[in-house]
Amino acid sequence: MVNGLQPTKAGVGAPVAELVRAIETADSKGAMVVAVNNLAAAQDVDAIPTLITVLGYNNPGAAVAAVNGLAALGSAAVPALLEQIDGYNYGARAWAIRALALIGDPRALPVLLETAKGDFALSVRRAAARGLGTIHWPLLPPDQAAIAQRDVLEVLTQATADPEWVVRYAAVAGLQALATDSVEPIRQKPLILASLRRSFEQDETLAVQARARLALDTLALQ
Amino acid sequence: MEQDSQPLVAVEGAEAESLTAEQAIANLRQTADMGLRYYAAWWLGRFRVAEPTVIESLVLALEDESDRAPDGGYPLRRNAARALGKLGDRTVVPALIKCLACDDYYVRESAAQALESLGDPLAIPALRALLAGGVAAAVAVPGKPHLVQPYNAILEALGTLGATEAIEDIAPFLEHDVAQVQNAATRALYQLTGDATYCDRLVERLQELNLQLRRSAMMDLGAIGYLPAAEAIATTLAENSLKLIALQGVLESHLRQSNFPSQALSDDARRVLVLMDELL
Repeated sequence: MVNGLQPTKAGVGAPVAELVRAIETADSKGAMVVAVNNLAAAQDVDAIPTLITVLGYNNPGAAVAAVNGLAALGSAAVPALLEQIDGYNYGARAWAIRALALIGDPRALPVLLETAKGDFALSVRRAAARGLGTIHWPLLPPDQAAIAQRDVLEVLTQATADPEWVVRYAAVAGLQALATDSVEPIRQKPLILASLRRSFEQDETLAVQARARLALDTLALQ
Repeated sequence: MEQDSQPLVAVEGAEAESLTAEQAIANLRQTADMGLRYYAAWWLGRFRVAEPTVIESLVLALEDESDRAPDGGYPLRRNAARALGKLGDRTVVPALIKCLACDDYYVRESAAQALESLGDPLAIPALRALLAGGVAAAVAVPGKPHLVQPYNAILEALGTLGATEAIEDIAPFLEHDVAQVQNAATRALYQLTGDATYCDRLVERLQELNLQLRRSAMMDLGAIGYLPAAEAIATTLAENSLKLIALQGVLESHLRQSNFPSQALSDDARRVLVLMDELL
């Protein structure tokens, strides 16, 4: 595999076009998955628009391949993902948020915060809550990171009271990750631990309680 | 789209949040607006409003004659049965058993599912009676997208209710033409015999080419909480939302067996949690 962040331009134009054509002409869901996997494996920035388009097809296998391809391309895919986030196709939106969450680029923070707070679809809130915990904080200056982390903590704490168990589960996972990366541990860690303890003791869903227990155990060891 | 076209989409949305329990109860008790009544029945089940007045009104709704679908079915009865399955009050079991004789297939299906959730063995003889005639009688209704009985729901309920007396009635359904019915029989037989080779059949199904079959096997494995299937569920080609629900089933059944939260997390529980994290 070539380094996705620095694709060499020479000679790759034709193959990517061919791989894109294979997606356009795929005649079954299985063929589509193979074609998307091939395009994702090329790790070429020219593949980004097509990979994003695939997120809107009703084909989870192909969407998984496209998300993985976009995630491997990393920050190079972020501007296009932010620009093309689909406001009306919830399936596509969930996958795009998932790709942004996997990439962890702080430029996605406003979208992730807004989405975790109030998106209509639980799968989208879930992906956003998870993504808020896995931002690559060193990419921001410490003072900006501190302000952003306060927002993240507030939104994730709210999300531990979401009506859907899987969003609460993702919020707990996000809080654990935030505690590990906090730039203001003295201020934030007690708040995070209190929130996790509340989920462990009071959540109505056993799986969420278990995730909170895992977070508390892990943080106690650090 | 697929992620949100699942039944779980029904629990989303601002509309659901904006109703209050008082309004929903009032909507259920009035008879002027059938749409409001239908929606209230769903809402009260979804938000688990198990007050005596709700139970009483839902039981009344099981015999409703006013809300009729174009196909002659009873939409309100269907929703009322589903809601009663969620409210955990076993006094409604006889009323739900009566619904197993309703001429609307979907009322029978909802009632069988509700009886499974309520977990009362009292329902076993009536459920078992619906298997009469065996596989030979279990044919499609001409022009309808379903079989003569809701066999999936019936088999699943018999498995969950511990109906060991029905094992011989259930076993032939392993060879039914419809794969989902085979899955339901497989799952029930595992619950009734503890024989893990039945689960391995379901795990193999996770490799099927057909997405519907993979989904169905995955949800069955989640429902019976078969821990060794966790990795296979996490890696099958299907949407993450459904994988997470199946893994939740596997995890929680293991947590209950290992007395969590009074006991610490086991290594198996941690393993499943790691798989779930990767699907968020």
